[in-house]
Amino acid sequence: MLRIHCPWCGTRDESEFRYRGDAGRVRPAHEAGLASFSAHVYERANPRGWHLEWWLHVAGCRQLLKVLRHTQSHEIRWVGRAEEPAPLPEDCAP
Amino acid sequence: MSAAPGRVVAGLLTAGGRAVTFRFDGRIFQGLEGDTLASALLASGERLIGRSFKYHRPRGIITAGPEEPCALVDVMTASGREPNQLATTLLLHEGLEAVSQNRWPSLAFDIRAALDRLSRFLPAGFYYKTFMSPGWAWERLYEPLIRRAAGLGVLAPVVGAHAEAAETLHEHTDVLIVGAGAAGLAAAAVLGASGLRVLLAEQDAALGGGTLLDARWQAWRERRRAGLVRVPGVRCLERTTVLGAYGHGVFAALEVLGAAERAAFGGLRERLHVIRAQRVLLATGAIERLIAFPGNDVPGVMLAGAALAYLRRYGVAVGRRPVFFINNDEAYEALFALAAAGITAAGVADVRPASHAAQRARELGVDVLCGARVTAVRGRGALRAVQVVTGEGGQREFAADCLLISGGFTPAAALATQLGSPLAWQESIAAFVPELAGAVGRVAGAARGVFGLAAAAREGALAGQAIAAELRGREVAAAAAAAAEAEDAGLPADAMATPMSPLWEVSGRGRAFVDLQNDVTSADVRLAHREGYEHVEHMKRFTTHTMATDQGRIGGLLGSAVLAEARGVPLSEVGQVKARPYVQPVPFAALAGGEVREHYKPKRRVALHDWHERAGATFVPTGLWLRPLVYARASSWEAVLGEARSVRRAVGITDVSTLGKIDVRGKDAARFLDFVYANTFSSLPIGRARYGIMLREDGMVFDDGTTSRLGPEHFLVTTTTANSTAVLEHLEFQLQANCRELDVLLTDVCDQWAQFAVAGPRARAVLSAVVGGRELSNAAFPFMAAGEATIAGVAGRLFRISFSGELAYELAVPASEAERIWLAVLEAGTPCGISPYGLDALNTLRIEKGHVTGAELNGNTSAADLGFARMLKPQGDFVGRVLSQRPALEAADRLQLVGVRPAVRTRRLRNGMQLVAPEAPTASLGYITSSTPSVELEGWVGLALLAGGRARIGTRLTGTSPLHDERLEVEIVSPHMLDPENTRVRA
Repeated sequence: MLRIHCPWCGTRDESEFRYRGDAGRVRPAHEAGLASFSAHVYERANPRGWHLEWWLHVAGCRQLLKVLRHTQSHEIRWVGRAEEPAPLPEDCAP
Repeated sequence: MSAAPGRVVAGLLTAGGRAVTFRFDGRIFQGLEGDTLASALLASGERLIGRSFKYHRPRGIITAGPEEPCALVDVMTASGREPNQLATTLLLHEGLEAVSQNRWPSLAFDIRAALDRLSRFLPAGFYYKTFMSPGWAWERLYEPLIRRAAGLGVLAPVVGAHAEAAETLHEHTDVLIVGAGAAGLAAAAVLGASGLRVLLAEQDAALGGGTLLDARWQAWRERRRAGLVRVPGVRCLERTTVLGAYGHGVFAALEVLGAAERAAFGGLRERLHVIRAQRVLLATGAIERLIAFPGNDVPGVMLAGAALAYLRRYGVAVGRRPVFFINNDEAYEALFALAAAGITAAGVADVRPASHAAQRARELGVDVLCGARVTAVRGRGALRAVQVVTGEGGQREFAADCLLISGGFTPAAALATQLGSPLAWQESIAAFVPELAGAVGRVAGAARGVFGLAAAAREGALAGQAIAAELRGREVAAAAAAAAEAEDAGLPADAMATPMSPLWEVSGRGRAFVDLQNDVTSADVRLAHREGYEHVEHMKRFTTHTMATDQGRIGGLLGSAVLAEARGVPLSEVGQVKARPYVQPVPFAALAGGEVREHYKPKRRVALHDWHERAGATFVPTGLWLRPLVYARASSWEAVLGEARSVRRAVGITDVSTLGKIDVRGKDAARFLDFVYANTFSSLPIGRARYGIMLREDGMVFDDGTTSRLGPEHFLVTTTTANSTAVLEHLEFQLQANCRELDVLLTDVCDQWAQFAVAGPRARAVLSAVVGGRELSNAAFPFMAAGEATIAGVAGRLFRISFSGELAYELAVPASEAERIWLAVLEAGTPCGISPYGLDALNTLRIEKGHVTGAELNGNTSAADLGFARMLKPQGDFVGRVLSQRPALEAADRLQLVGVRPAVRTRRLRNGMQLVAPEAPTASLGYITSSTPSVELEGWVGLALLAGGRARIGTRLTGTSPLHDERLEVEIVSPHMLDPENTRVRA
C-alpha cells in the first residue's frame, strides 16, 4: 500500500486518494484536432521507472497532487501541489 | 485416557500448568496448560498425525513451530469445522477436539494409501498430462475424483458463525520489530530507551525466541521483558505473526488471542493489525532445514531443533532412542539436552569429518560416526531403525524410535524479499541472506545469518542503535545503547562452533522428499529439469514444490539444491523461490474483521430514513445509499403502479435527497460549467434551471442532471445518485488540472440539503399552501424556474423541474428540517390525495416519459445515441468535445435510444430482452434497457438501445429472451411515449 505525503494533510494511506492518471500529459487545445485528443486520451508510455502522476486527495482536502512514483519499487520521491513544477529525474518518462 | 510417558522433565511453558483434557480422532488424551496439540500428543506417545496430500503416506510431527509441513488437523468448534490448523502452534485448551486429515476410514488404515504404491506412475505433471481429453471429462469426471483423493482438511461452512469474532486494528508506530528473540529483545530495549514508539510482534506464545531453549539466557530474557513493560512507548504482541510487507512501512499482522483474552473480549478470536511504521527491524530468526534422503517423511523423523524445543518448552522427550543425522554443531544442543534429561542418543551420523560438538558428544559416551550419512530408514507407520553409511564406507544400523535431523539453518527472509531485499549467497551457512535498505529498516540476528544468541543480541542492539540514530539523532541513540549495554554485562558467550557442511540429498532407493506438505520428491525436481523447467520459479510451478501452505520453509532450499545439481551450476546461481504474503494461512474471517453482513460496507441514510421506515418502505441500496423503493413490505407492480398513478392523476411526493448536489461559486463559475458540460450554462439567467449532460474526455456521456443559477457567480449542480462522488472528483480534477486560472470553488452540499419532488397535476395546489414569498403561477414561476423560497417557514429553495413528466416542483430544505417539512407537505396535500412514491414508481414515470438513467447512461452511449446531439454547443472547448466528433460515433448503425411497446398489449417486456429481426432471430440489433407496465398507456412500455434505432421508429421487431423462452412482436416508437409536447410539465 502506498503512503502518500499530502502537503496539506500529512502522510496518509493510498485509500484516501484517487489516482487520476499521468501528470506529465497536458490536455491539448481544442483546436488541436482529433489525432491529438486521441493520443491524449488513449496513449500511455507505461514506463518501468519514474512516473509523474496525478493523485486527488478525495477523502481529505480534495486537492490534486503531483506524485513522482517509481513504478517498479513504488518509491515516492516527491509530492507537490498541482501547479508546482516537479523535479523530474533524467530517466523519467515524458 | 492415555498417560503421558513422554513428559520427562518440567517444561518452561507447561510447568505448574493444570491438566487439560482433549480429543484427537475421538480418543481422549490429557495434556497440560501451555502445551500445543503437538507437544501433548508427543507426550502421550502419539506419532502418526495425518496422511499426506498426494500419496496418503503416514506422517508425523516434523517441527515445533509455524514452519510445520505435516501435522495439520481439523479442529471442531461450536461453530463448525476449521481445517488445516497446525498442531505445532495450536494451543491446547480444555475440550479441544481435533481430527486428522486426508484419511478414510481411519488414520491407521487409509484406503487411498494404495496411491503410494502407484507413485511411480504419478510423477510431477502427471495430472496435467494425463487428464487431457476428452475435454468434457475434466469438469465432470477427473476434477471431482482428484479433488476427493487429494487435499487436506475439510472445509465446512464455518464462516457465518465465525465471522463476528475478529477485529481490525490500525497501528501507527515508529519501529516495528518482527521477532522477539535475542536480537529483537535487545533492539527493543535500545529503541524504547531512545523514546521511540516500538511495536514488537512475536509469533510465539512467549517472548524469547531462541533464548527459550537455553537455560543460561533465562535471567537476561526476564530482565529484558520486564524492562520493556516499563517503557510506555513499547508494546509487545505475542501470538502475532506478521503476515506480509506491503511497502511504504505498511505491514499486516495476525494476532491469535489466548484463552483468557478471548473470554475477556466476548469470544473474539483474532485481531488483524494493519501496521504503519517508519522503520522495520526483521529479527525473524532462521529455520532449520530438512535433508532429502529415502524415508525422510516416516513418522519419527523430526528436526533436531524441534526435539530441543519440545524438551525445553514442554518437558517432552520425542523418543527414548534417538538417532541424529546432522551437519552442524547447533543441532547437538538437542543431544546434550536429552542426555541431561536421561535420554542418551543411540547414535549420530555427522556429515562432517570432525567437529567440536561431536567430540563433546563422544565424551558423553555417544556413538558418533563422522563423515557419515543416513541412507535409509526402517518402519512405515513409525520409525524402527536407521541405516547409516560411515565415512569409510561401512554399513551400520541403529535401532531407533526417532531420527533427529538438521541440514543447517536458512534465514527466514520472506518479509525481507517482499520488501525487495536482494538475497546474497553466504557460503559459511550455505544459505541466502537478506539485506534491507536503511530507509526501510534492518535485518538482525539469525535472519541475517548471524548465529549464536550472544551474537544475535549484540547485532540486535546495534541495529536498534542505528535506527534510533536515524530517527532520534546520534546522541540519543548512543545513550540508549549504553544504558542497554550496561544491563548485558556477563552474558553467556556463544559456544565455539565448527562450521557446518552443506548436505542436501542422500541418493538411494526410495523417495526422498523435498516438500513434505505437497509430496514433492527430489526425483520430481529432476523430472522438472528434464522437462525444461530450469528456472527455480518454473520448477516450483511444475512440481508444486513450496506451493503448500508452509511455502517450503524447511525444504524450499533443498529443491533449489537438487535443481542446481541437475543443471550443473552452483546453488547460488539458482536462487530460492520467493515466499509470498501471507506467510501463513489466514482465515478469511480474520481479514474481514467486523466488515461482515450489514457492516460489509458503510450505509448512507437520508435525513428522512426513519420516516420512510415507519411508513413501511422497502429499501433498495443505490451506491451506498438506502432509498425507499416502494411503500409496501414487498415490491409488487400493484403497489408501484398505485403510487405512480397517484402522481399522474393527483399528486405524489418522493425523496430525492440522494442526488448529488454540488455548490459551484466564483467569478468564473459559469465559464467552468461551460467547460465541463456539453451544453452552455453561461447564458442561463439567474433564477433558472437547465438540464445538462456531462461528457467524458473520450466523448461518451458521463452524467446528467439539472443545474440552477442562484446568483451571478453561484450555481447548484445536481448529479445522478450513483455518480455523485465520481462527478465531484471529475470536477475537482478538471478544475485543478485543466482550469487552474479559473476562480471557482466546489462544495459538496449533498448531506446539507434534503430534497423532495412534489409531482402531479395538483402539485401547485399543494405547494401553494406550503411555500411562502413566491407566486407559483406559470407566469411567476414557469417550467425550469429556480430560486429561494420560504417553505413551511424555513428558508429553502424551490425548483420547477420534472423527472416524472408531470407538473412538478422540487423543494430543497436544510436536512435538519426534513421531516417537519415533509410532514407539512403531506398535510397540505391530504385534501388532494397526496401519496409518497418510491424509486420503482419514479422509474415507471420516467420510462413512460423517455427520461434516461444509469441503464441508458451506461458509459457506451454518446450524446447523439441518446438524442441529445442538439445540446452540444457548437462553439468553444468543453470536455469530450473533440472525441465526441469521431466519425465512428456518427455511424448510422450506432445503438440509439428508442421506445418499445409490445404489439400485443397484454404481453410483457423484460429488461435485457434482445431485439432481433424476425428473419434473423440470433443476430441482436439491440436490447431493452428499462421496462415497466404503464399507467397512462396500455400495457408495458420500455426503452431500448437499438442499432440505427431512430430510423426504425414505426417498424416492428421481435423481442426475445432465450433465458425465459419468450418471444414477442414489439413496436419501435419514439422514446417520448407520454406527452411529447411537454404540456403536462408546463401546465
